[in-house]
Amino acid sequence: MDTLTLKAPEGALSSLKRWFPSHASTWGILLLCLLLSVPVLTVLSSVTASSEGVWQHLYETVLGDYVTHSVTLMVGVGLIVLVLGIGPAWLVTMTQFPGSRTLEWALVLPLAMPAYIIAYTYTGLLDVGGPVQAWIRETFSLRFGQYWFPSIRSLGGAITMLSLVLYPYVYLLSRTAFIEQSVCVLEVSRTLGATPFQAFRRVAIPLARPAIIAGLSLVLMETLADYGTVQYFGVSVFTTGVFRTWFGLGSSTAAAQLAAVLLLFILFLVLAEHWSRQKARYHHTSNKYTRLPRIELRGWKKWAAVVYCSVPVLFGFLIPFLQLLKWSTETWHLLDRDGFLTMFGNSLQLASITAVIALLLGLFISYTKRLRPSLSLRGMVRVLGLGYAIPGTVVAIGVLIPFTWFDNALDAWMRRNFDISTGLLLSGTLVAVVFAYLVRFLPVALNTLDAGLGKIKPTMDDVGRSMGLRPLQILRRVHVPVMRGSLLTASLLVFVDVLKELPATLILRPFNFNTLAIRTYELANQERLAEASSTALMIVLAGIIPVIILSQTISRSRPGYDSRT
Amino acid sequence: MTHVLELNNVSVALERTVIVRNISLHLQEGMIGCLLGPSGCGKTTLLRAIAGFEPALEGEIRIAGNVVSNSQYSLPVEQRHVGMVFQDYALFPHLTVRDNISFGLKGMSAAARTARVQELASMLKIAEYLDAFPHRLSGGQQQRVAVARAMAPKPRILLLDEPFASLDVELREQIAREIRLVLKHDGITAILVSHNQYEAFAMADEIGVMRAGELLQWSTPFELYHQPVCAYVADFVGEGVFLDGTVLDEERVETALGILGGGELHGFPKGTALSVLIRPDDVIHDDDSPKTAKVLDKAFRGSQYLYTLEMPDGTHVLSLVPSHHRHAQGEKIGFHIEMDHLVAFRR
Repeated sequence: MDTLTLKAPEGALSSLKRWFPSHASTWGILLLCLLLSVPVLTVLSSVTASSEGVWQHLYETVLGDYVTHSVTLMVGVGLIVLVLGIGPAWLVTMTQFPGSRTLEWALVLPLAMPAYIIAYTYTGLLDVGGPVQAWIRETFSLRFGQYWFPSIRSLGGAITMLSLVLYPYVYLLSRTAFIEQSVCVLEVSRTLGATPFQAFRRVAIPLARPAIIAGLSLVLMETLADYGTVQYFGVSVFTTGVFRTWFGLGSSTAAAQLAAVLLLFILFLVLAEHWSRQKARYHHTSNKYTRLPRIELRGWKKWAAVVYCSVPVLFGFLIPFLQLLKWSTETWHLLDRDGFLTMFGNSLQLASITAVIALLLGLFISYTKRLRPSLSLRGMVRVLGLGYAIPGTVVAIGVLIPFTWFDNALDAWMRRNFDISTGLLLSGTLVAVVFAYLVRFLPVALNTLDAGLGKIKPTMDDVGRSMGLRPLQILRRVHVPVMRGSLLTASLLVFVDVLKELPATLILRPFNFNTLAIRTYELANQERLAEASSTALMIVLAGIIPVIILSQTISRSRPGYDSRT
Repeated sequence: MTHVLELNNVSVALERTVIVRNISLHLQEGMIGCLLGPSGCGKTTLLRAIAGFEPALEGEIRIAGNVVSNSQYSLPVEQRHVGMVFQDYALFPHLTVRDNISFGLKGMSAAARTARVQELASMLKIAEYLDAFPHRLSGGQQQRVAVARAMAPKPRILLLDEPFASLDVELREQIAREIRLVLKHDGITAILVSHNQYEAFAMADEIGVMRAGELLQWSTPFELYHQPVCAYVADFVGEGVFLDGTVLDEERVETALGILGGGELHGFPKGTALSVLIRPDDVIHDDDSPKTAKVLDKAFRGSQYLYTLEMPDGTHVLSLVPSHHRHAQGEKIGFHIEMDHLVAFRR
């Protein structure tokens, strides 16, 4: 009797699979996964090591401060971003008032402003010597000390600065949620006797809750990861603590242990975000979309909405941006052109190298996932995806420790056996910097590429095949055109993230290697705020690119939703 | 009998385009009406105007005698006491079935609220899912919950927007009949929107056929089928073909099928060129008849075949034939015409 062999039909791109041999690609990704996990594993494994009393010292002196300050920072920022994010998101989505269509995208602009840059700018504006206090003294004929003015260099100042630039996460995610909500759900609540505001409170907000929690988790991760702002304002939190312990107390183990505690906080937030995204799927209400009817606001409500939605843009972007512009025109003649060009080149070089590598690795992972899907692979990719949540300071510590160990070990071994000193091969070189960037930003590229590849349904491959196209032709005529946008977006997002990155670059950069972000940081810390404006402005301008991309993606996300009308 | 719903010359515009023009109709208490028409005919827009989601451009809408919409005024949706069932049901995913149903119940004691939810749940056979979340329910169950939720606050009128369109075809008519019984049992006045005549027939007491924003005819299903006011309604409702005919006298019309006339006055002057509607049930298969026609095509309908017949002069008619009469394509079969009354329009 013949034995029947049941063979799964070969997918259309199956001949591409020879480029992704099952074991080789899976092992490749496993290796990549392990490699990129080294920093986190290093930090976590430090928990068991002895730090020769430094931890004890920290515990008795500053650890309490780190915890209370970090928690206060999180609570403060969390509350403010909810107010700045949700209300405007609902107003611009569901109502119409003067400027609402402009504000719809303008509300995302503060995302282009790195927290440390807005902190420097507001310090220049609001400090004793700044124009605001000078104006107060002049107008009321007072001298310093005769009036009360809140100090920006404080925990409150840090909360304000971080809130002003981080609220767009909540704004974006809750707006997406509001846009995706079936209008019918809101309308049905009206027929059941709810006023528009009651519909917002009883239906829209509960439905958007998972999205809001996801946005909030992202904000809090960024808050915990922030180094530039808290360092400048002298607020001692975990990130500054890690730095101080490493460079001040010289204890890498204790620094890593502090970083491990920070990671625990982050882990909690990652879980919260993951959980809420899971939940959001059940809150999907409809696949049928109708035109979003916008309520036209009248009278005092109209002007209240204008003020409410303008304040975040005004303080989070417009004022600091104009101030930077003013300073940079004033200090343009002081600029060291050659130095500026070198820095600019360095930044560009780092950002493009990272973007290209992230793109290649991302494509490799995305296509392996598509052609050779497996449970273990998905698990590994999920681990890779966690990188975005890890603060730059933690990544830097986690890179520095093993790289230094490797360099020293290799050097010692080479010297013992061949009498050659290899010196520093990894640590203190661009390799370390780019590696750290990849840990943090590969997930950014991966998400975008996955979304792009997801648009090409497997049946499209089959259609191409049925029309007699060879796999390479399918790639060229179907995949490349569809993926082009995603490739561009992925590389741009990574590029700009690298440009803005401060703490990891600060710790890992080669001696005397300057980037735009580093230079801004140095000048600001030398209280040469006006001079820092030119480099800061460059970073902000670059940061606007992903903001535009984001705005467009969201407007297109909903059929029947037109941001122009 | 009072008119629960009354529309007088209502026009509705969306973004300055007039979608619905000059519509008048009324619905008595406890009746179920249906707006029937192809997609884009404005039936949903009219329903949304009744609900209060769209303002009326002209005319007036009255619910239980009170003006709720006219060209100057629109009573907010939440004050109209209408219930609405949407095509996608629009259940609140964050609430259990019980909380969905009691969403609109206000100013009631907890006990009264529970009683109302129980009453509806047992009527609509969803009592066992009361504590489940909507995403756990099947399409048919979700639909019953949506109806229960809309009925809970005892609305003055229930509006249903394509309520059966998201259901499996086999379920549609069955559920339509069930819902009709529930509405009748509770004495609820309702109006639904549909593009499917069988749903409309299964559910409604009165049907309005709409085309391009206008209401062509508002009458009972029987009248709609047998006395359509225009060729469009005749064509849209039921099956059939139009044959050219010429008026012989005040009762009879000559067509390719012979001289037709039901013994009623048709009201057209002699010699008028007409289009005469021939329904499949007018053409009776008859082996003894001298008149024959060729079978062009046949579609199996279970108890019957729908034959497409070609007359000697080349015109086509449809005929419903009991399915034990099996004839092959190309075969000539005998038939005669049996018409109760003539449906004809000027050509």
